[in-house]
Parts: sequence; structure tokens; C-alpha cells
Amino acid sequence: MVAFLVRRILGAILVCIAVTFITFIIFIVVPGGDPAVRIAGKQANDQNIANIRHSWGFDRPFYVQYWNMTDRMFTGRLVSYTNQQNVVSQIVQGIPVTLSLTIGASLIWLFFGILVGVISAVRAGRWSDRLITVLALIGISMPVFWLGIIARYYLAEGGLMSFFPDGEYVAITQNPAQWFFHLILPWLVLAVLFIGFYGRVLRGNMLDSMNEDYVRTAKAKGLTPNRILRKHVLRTSLIPIVTLFGLDFAAVLGGGAILTETVFDLHGVGQYAAQSINNFDLPPIMGVTMYGAFFIVLFSILVDIFYAYLDPRIRPA
Amino acid sequence: MAELLLDVNDLKVHFATEDGIVRAVDGVSFELERGQVLGIVGESGSGKSVTAMTLMGLTRDVNSRFEGEVLYKGRDLLKVSDAELQNFRGNEIGMIFQDPMTSLNPVYRIGEQICEAIQSHETIDKRGARRRSVELLRQVGIPNPDSRVDDFPHQFSGGMRQRAMIAMALACNPDVLIADEPTTALDVTIQAQIIELVGRLKQDFDSSVILITHDLGVVADIADEIIVMYAGRIVERAATHDLFYDPQMPYTWGLLGSIPRLDRPRPDRLHTITGAPPSLINLPQGCKFRPRCPHAFEKCTEEPALENRVETPGHLDRCWLDVEYKRAHREETIGGGHTEAA
Repeated sequence: MVAFLVRRILGAILVCIAVTFITFIIFIVVPGGDPAVRIAGKQANDQNIANIRHSWGFDRPFYVQYWNMTDRMFTGRLVSYTNQQNVVSQIVQGIPVTLSLTIGASLIWLFFGILVGVISAVRAGRWSDRLITVLALIGISMPVFWLGIIARYYLAEGGLMSFFPDGEYVAITQNPAQWFFHLILPWLVLAVLFIGFYGRVLRGNMLDSMNEDYVRTAKAKGLTPNRILRKHVLRTSLIPIVTLFGLDFAAVLGGGAILTETVFDLHGVGQYAAQSINNFDLPPIMGVTMYGAFFIVLFSILVDIFYAYLDPRIRPA
Repeated sequence: MAELLLDVNDLKVHFATEDGIVRAVDGVSFELERGQVLGIVGESGSGKSVTAMTLMGLTRDVNSRFEGEVLYKGRDLLKVSDAELQNFRGNEIGMIFQDPMTSLNPVYRIGEQICEAIQSHETIDKRGARRRSVELLRQVGIPNPDSRVDDFPHQFSGGMRQRAMIAMALACNPDVLIADEPTTALDVTIQAQIIELVGRLKQDFDSSVILITHDLGVVADIADEIIVMYAGRIVERAATHDLFYDPQMPYTWGLLGSIPRLDRPRPDRLHTITGAPPSLINLPQGCKFRPRCPHAFEKCTEEPALENRVETPGHLDRCWLDVEYKRAHREETIGGGHTEAA
């Protein structure tokens, strides 16, 4: 177990380095990326640009630049090219918002995803299954930016049923009720996509499990259908869902909910990422990428550990 | 006469599929008395497993149709509700399956799976159920059952898993044990041990056994009576001794000829039954074995009834051939091919 953990953590560090390095290289390679021109502004002459290039170190070899950037990132000195704000403190500011969004939405999508999957597997082929299948496909197909705007228009911005506040984030420490109220729409909008997807995956897994020999054995033992479903079908079918959930949770927490955060004007890590990409601002992009990669590798390790708990066959002897 | 446990009358099981109606079992009748071992023999698709699964209600589905009766101690199992059926399953009729590798749930401990069977039929606390599980594992010959009860299925060998399956099937002391090809997935030395175990436990638990196999060699020692099935029908039924020494159906000869035997001269090659079993959707007219039977003649286009044609009462077959003709010619099939010079 210890050897496994050490191996995985070393691997994770390598992944993080590789991800940031690739991000850096992509930025250097794409045209129009010269940060000196951007920093110098519209009225700059060539001399200004050359001075900036030298003082910011853009004339150094790319590996030196990469090293300086990661060094500054880990010591918290990394600043944006466009507004000179500290990247690390910007990300830290966004974490409570993103974390609130992630936890609430993931609970909703996990609960309803499983519910939808179980119902459609148990009722496979009947009208309720077909209805759920259609709804799930609609849910998967609806783009978040569209659904989010529609939800805001009708439910928040003074449309027919404006029950909800329009955007903005209220800290949970400030007012828990308002925090919850403000987040309901973003949670639901973000969860819709995952509910449909998880429901489809779980339905397929369960239908496969139902044909397993051990389910036939369970029937032959005289167990109730309810117990067979819970203990024998669902238990094994949920194992792949754990992987999905771990990685999706990490992706959203790592700033992946760019669209949801932007549509609902939540100043989280995702929105920060979106702004930085818009501004072609390398330091925040690097910071957010590193932050996201960290959660992805962390959660994939957690998923592997949890897997061993769920499936005794892969437990180390 | 011993107590009659199972009385199956003209059982038909049909499945509606996209290609048509599959007549998996078509008019099967047999009885099972307490303490009896009944062997059901046939090749893949002969309907033997469907028959067994139907006794347990495991073939119930929106696409399946049943006719006839399956009387268990006088109650028709085809008619009882799903909820009532649960009380019979495991409790009155236990079942073990072909592949012990996949028949146990990989994520639960062996003991948990046995306890689950016990606790679903009896009011017993966890510790009591566990004690019983250990005892059952001991009875089926698992070494160190006290510690092995906490193993997961993947920590057991194939033979041990099948023993664990047997322990599970016997957990509630059922009156009937159905073993559906219990040795097919195991290697030969383990096969003999498992069959011997079933024979011994039958005595200890005072139950009857239905042993389903495609291998006549497996049932030779243990069965009291053997049913040979082909294309969803019984084609021959006799006491074990009579089936081996006075087989009446050319299909049975083929099955007998396909197993190596120590009590006969060694053939150069074992007999093979040419062709493949018929499609259960589109059965041949008349005797279902006719297209593959080397002895078929005009009369075979009409299906023979399952009836007694020999001196021994209770020995039934479906074959038009003359008894004396059969006795003169069956040896060619059963004995296999011999080189004259040898």
C-alpha cells in the first residue's frame, strides 16, 4: 500500500509538471502570444517593447522562462501580464465559490444520476425508461451556456417566475441561507448534464450486472428482488460510477465549470480561467492549469484507493 | 413408495424471440421421489437447463410462456406468485450452477453469501448464521473453514468455489438439490470429488438430487434414473443400469459412444454424432433426431410417442426401430470404430 502510494504520488508530480510544461509550450508557439506587445500597450514603440521584453525576461531561453514561472508560482510571486495582480491570491479568492458550486452540484448530480439510472434499469424497455432516456439525452445535449441563460431569463431576471436571485455569490460565512438560495440555479444547471450522463452509464452497467451468473445465484437463494437489486446488482454497477464521479468532481473543482461560473457571474476559479484565456494572459493560465491538474491527479489517486475498497479482487494481498 | 417431491407433467416452455417462438422445452414429464437422484442428460440446447431453471421459476420473463404443471409436494410452482416462489427457492429447492467462477458475487465474502441465504429464510442472528456457514463449509470439505469463511471468491480455487456453492445451496436444508452441469467447468479429478460430495450430502441432508449434465459418465455412478433429452423432449428414460446396458434410442447410443470407457475394448476413435442439434424455432418433422440418425427409415417422419417398448417396465423411449434390430446394431455406435487387425 505504501509503495503504491509513493508510486502514484511520484507519477502525479510528473503529470503536473508535464501539464504545465505543455501549456507553456503551447502558449509560446501560438501566434499573437507575444506578451511584451500586450504589456506595452497600444502606443508603444519598438524600444518600449524591447525594454519590456528584457525586463520581464521574455528574451531568455524558454526553459529558463518556464523555470522562473513555476518558481514564482510556487513561491506565490506570480503576477498577471495584463493587470499585474497576484495569480495565487486570485485563485485562492475563487476557491470558496468554486468549492460551493462543486459540492452542491455534485451531490445533486450523484443522487439524481443514481436515481435515474436505477429507475430506468429496473423499468428497462417500458415507457418510464423510454421517457427517462429521452430526458437524459436532452439533458446531455443542452449546452450549459444556453440552459444557464434560459434559467436566468425565466427564473431570475424578472421573467415569469423570478423566484431566484440573479447571479452573484454570497459567502456561506456571511449568510448561509442566501448562500444556498443564490447557488440553487447554478447547481441545477451544472448538474443536469451529469445527471443524464450518469443515468445512462448506470443503466447500462446495471443491465449488464442483471445478466451476471451471481445474480441468478442470488435469485436461486430466494432473496427478495429488492435485496438482489441493492446488494448484488447496484453494488457492482456503482464501481465505474465512482471513477466518473471522482474525476468529474475534480474537474469542476479544478475550475472546469467555466461556462456555469461565467453565465451565473460566480467569481470562481472557472471564471478566472475564462478571463485569463480571453486576455491571453499566461501566468493565470499556468496557475489555473496547475491548480486543476492538482485536483485531477489527487482525485484519481483517491479513486484508485476507494476502488480497492469496493472491489476486493484488486486489493493488494 | 417414497414420498413424491416433484411431479412434472407435460411441461412446455416457449420463448418469444424476434426470430420466432423457441420451443425450448416441449412436453416433458417426470417424477422425483425423496432420496432419488435423477440424471438429465443431453447436449447443448436440448432443454435440460431450461427445464431445471423453470422448476425454480428462473425462466420467468415477459417473453416466456409456460404450459403443463410442476407440482412440488402438490403445489404447482408454475402458478405460485413471485413472492411465494422466493420461499421455495433456496429453502425447498436449492440450485448450483455450471460455472463456479462467475456464480459467486466477487465483492462479498464467501461467508456473507452463505449467511445471506440462511438469513433470507430463517430468523437467525448474524453469529448463528456465521456458525452455520462454517459448519456447512466443513461439511463440503473446505479446509480451515473458520478462516476461509472470510475469504473472497477469488481466493478460492474452482473446485473450492463449487463446494462453496454447494454449501450455499444446502444452507437451508432443501428437499431438492438441482445441480446444473456442476462439473463442466472443473478439471476431471475435481469432477469426481464434486460428484462424490453431492452423493454423500444427499444422504446427510436427506434430499433428492436432479443432476444435469451432457456427460453420461458423470451420472453413471450416482443417478438412480436417467432422462435423455433432445430438442426439448425426453427421448429415453430408464433406470441407470438399463440405460447403460440396454439403450434403446440411437441418440443415447451416440452419447454412450462419445465417452471413453474402461469396461470396454478401447476404440480407435470415439463416436461422434454427426450434424448439429436442430433449431428450436424450426424443428424437423417427425422424430427430431431423424436428420442425424443413421438408422432412420420411412416411419420416422411421424414422431414416435415416449412409451415402453422393452421388457423392463418404466424404460421409455421414442424410437420406431425394432427392439431386436436395435440390440443387434447399437454396438457399432457405442463401441466406436475398431481396426480389425488390432
